[in-house]
Amino acid sequence: MKTAMNDSNEVLIDCQNVWKIFGARAPAAIQAVADRGLSKKQILQDFNCVVGVSDASLHVRRGEIFCIMGLSGSGKSTLIRLLNRLIEPSLGTITVKGKDVARLNAAQLRDMRARNIGMVFQSVALLPNRTVLENAAFGLEVRGVAKDERHKTARAALEKVGLADWTARYPNELSGGMQQRVGLARALAADPEIILMDEPFSALDPLIRRQLQDEFRQLTKSLGKSAVFITHDLEEAIRIGDRIAIMKDGVIVQVGTAEEIVTKPADDYVSDFVAGISRIHLVKAHSVMQPVAKFRASHPQHDVEALLRTSPDADIGELIDLTMQSNRDAVAVVENGTVIGVVTTRALLRGVAGTPEHEPAAA
Amino acid sequence: MNLDLFEFSPGAYLAPAVDWLNTNFHPFFDAVTKFIEMVLGGIEAGLLYPPPYVVIALATFLAAYFITVRVSIVTAVALAFCFVAGLWTASMQTLGLVTVAVVISVSIAFPLGILASRYKGFEAGIRPVLDIMQTVPPWVYLIPAVMIFSLGRVPAIIATIVYGVPPMLRLTTLAFNQVPKDLLELGQATGAPPRSILFKIEIPSATPTLLVGLNQCILLSLAMVVLAGLVGAGGLGAEVTRGLTRMEMGLGLRAGLAIVAIAILLDRFSKGALQGRRTRGAAETTH
Repeated sequence: MKTAMNDSNEVLIDCQNVWKIFGARAPAAIQAVADRGLSKKQILQDFNCVVGVSDASLHVRRGEIFCIMGLSGSGKSTLIRLLNRLIEPSLGTITVKGKDVARLNAAQLRDMRARNIGMVFQSVALLPNRTVLENAAFGLEVRGVAKDERHKTARAALEKVGLADWTARYPNELSGGMQQRVGLARALAADPEIILMDEPFSALDPLIRRQLQDEFRQLTKSLGKSAVFITHDLEEAIRIGDRIAIMKDGVIVQVGTAEEIVTKPADDYVSDFVAGISRIHLVKAHSVMQPVAKFRASHPQHDVEALLRTSPDADIGELIDLTMQSNRDAVAVVENGTVIGVVTTRALLRGVAGTPEHEPAAA
Repeated sequence: MNLDLFEFSPGAYLAPAVDWLNTNFHPFFDAVTKFIEMVLGGIEAGLLYPPPYVVIALATFLAAYFITVRVSIVTAVALAFCFVAGLWTASMQTLGLVTVAVVISVSIAFPLGILASRYKGFEAGIRPVLDIMQTVPPWVYLIPAVMIFSLGRVPAIIATIVYGVPPMLRLTTLAFNQVPKDLLELGQATGAPPRSILFKIEIPSATPTLLVGLNQCILLSLAMVVLAGLVGAGGLGAEVTRGLTRMEMGLGLRAGLAIVAIAILLDRFSKGALQGRRTRGAAETTH
């Protein structure tokens, strides 16, 4: 199949100011939001309607894994279902591959779900009366692909997730982790550009979960797929996601890379979450370094050029190693041959602890 | 004060309606009668033309090949009992009658049951109708059925259908309401058309409960077919009636046990035929 040049900045999913309001008087509430910009609280008070998703905007680029993290009731499951219109949005536009999802008719919508957007569920949702192979081929089957061809494709997808020897088994013969691999293979068999993952690994035990997280990330990247990954576990979001959106009560509180979220939490809610996260592999040199001039001023006894050197992307773990190797308590950060900053031991400790940046008065 | 004025007699309104139907739609009812008689006659002829041991051997072989050895043993024992009890002809007539009644009941109840599971309003509307169908003593259906279709097997079949539809319909609705929501969501998320969702997700998930419905439909139909012996439907019902009227304990008991044998046979056969296909489908994909 011929494809256009894959522009890595191409936006595959674009949500603009999306709302979802549930309740008997939802239409009136939607009108009120559109006209007067009511808040969630007012909507609940005035219309007795629950706001599932409130004014959410996000975009997902080709090849990107986008995590949406939130606790139960935060609206993350609603949001992911808005993307393939399993739930109709109340307000706002959702564009997938340049097409406004809300304007598709029933047949176009089915076609888009079958070809462009795969989905993996927390409950796995395997059909108990079908073999693993038939389950993996389900998406192709309903699309009308001939039996031999769909079984061949499904077998290839099962090989990718490491279940080549299990094709003839039934779902109840498989462990939870294996069942979820079948769910992933079923989504991959249809070869969609986008995979929606609705808390797929939440029900698995920690060891298997970690293994699947790594496999999923590696597989998605090697196949060049985009993914929207829902989770209630920030560590999982950090392991898997290129970017992370944090949701609370239907609102996207913050969107950013793992490092951005950990180092610059947008509010108290996010910083509470971030508090328990190990920052050693998240925080990079460029966010803890200080300008060279400032370092020279406070440490006149050191020669910047004599310090050990590292790149701006070195994480705190590497920086600690370097500091231990050197006899000085600072490491130079070098980009394109020039020193762009210095990481002091104090800065390293601050990076590990996550305390805000302020130098003591007497340095 | 004359309390007679308040007397309510639905029969007074129903009887003219039945009469009216009878006079105006006679050709239609006649055609229905002919059609049912034809199908029944065909089944009966097929079952009674070959010697009984051939039918028994064939049924046993089919059960062993398509279902399980256990079902084939049940089949052999049940049919052999009917033969040994000297009720072969009556048993085969009853078998034909129940088969036709159940096929018609299921083909009415199944689609309506699905509709009822999709549209709550429809379900609320038919629920009292089903209650009436199930609780009015079955003798009562026989009266208008005989008035319209006259004595014989056809009114018996009609009355049997009235009795067989409610359990199948209710259990179909239940079966479809019980289909896991996540499987339905899977169907939608994979872009499956509604037909595929129905046949590939809903019906397979609903099968266990649907089989319970079919079982209830068969057993209740069989009970009704026996009552229909009163209106000249023949078969085992007629033998039971004869045993009762002549106070012949032996005949009544034999006919009663033959009915049990037919009931067990139909239940195991239908269940096995519908479930057996699934396990055979599984065996095919293993190589």
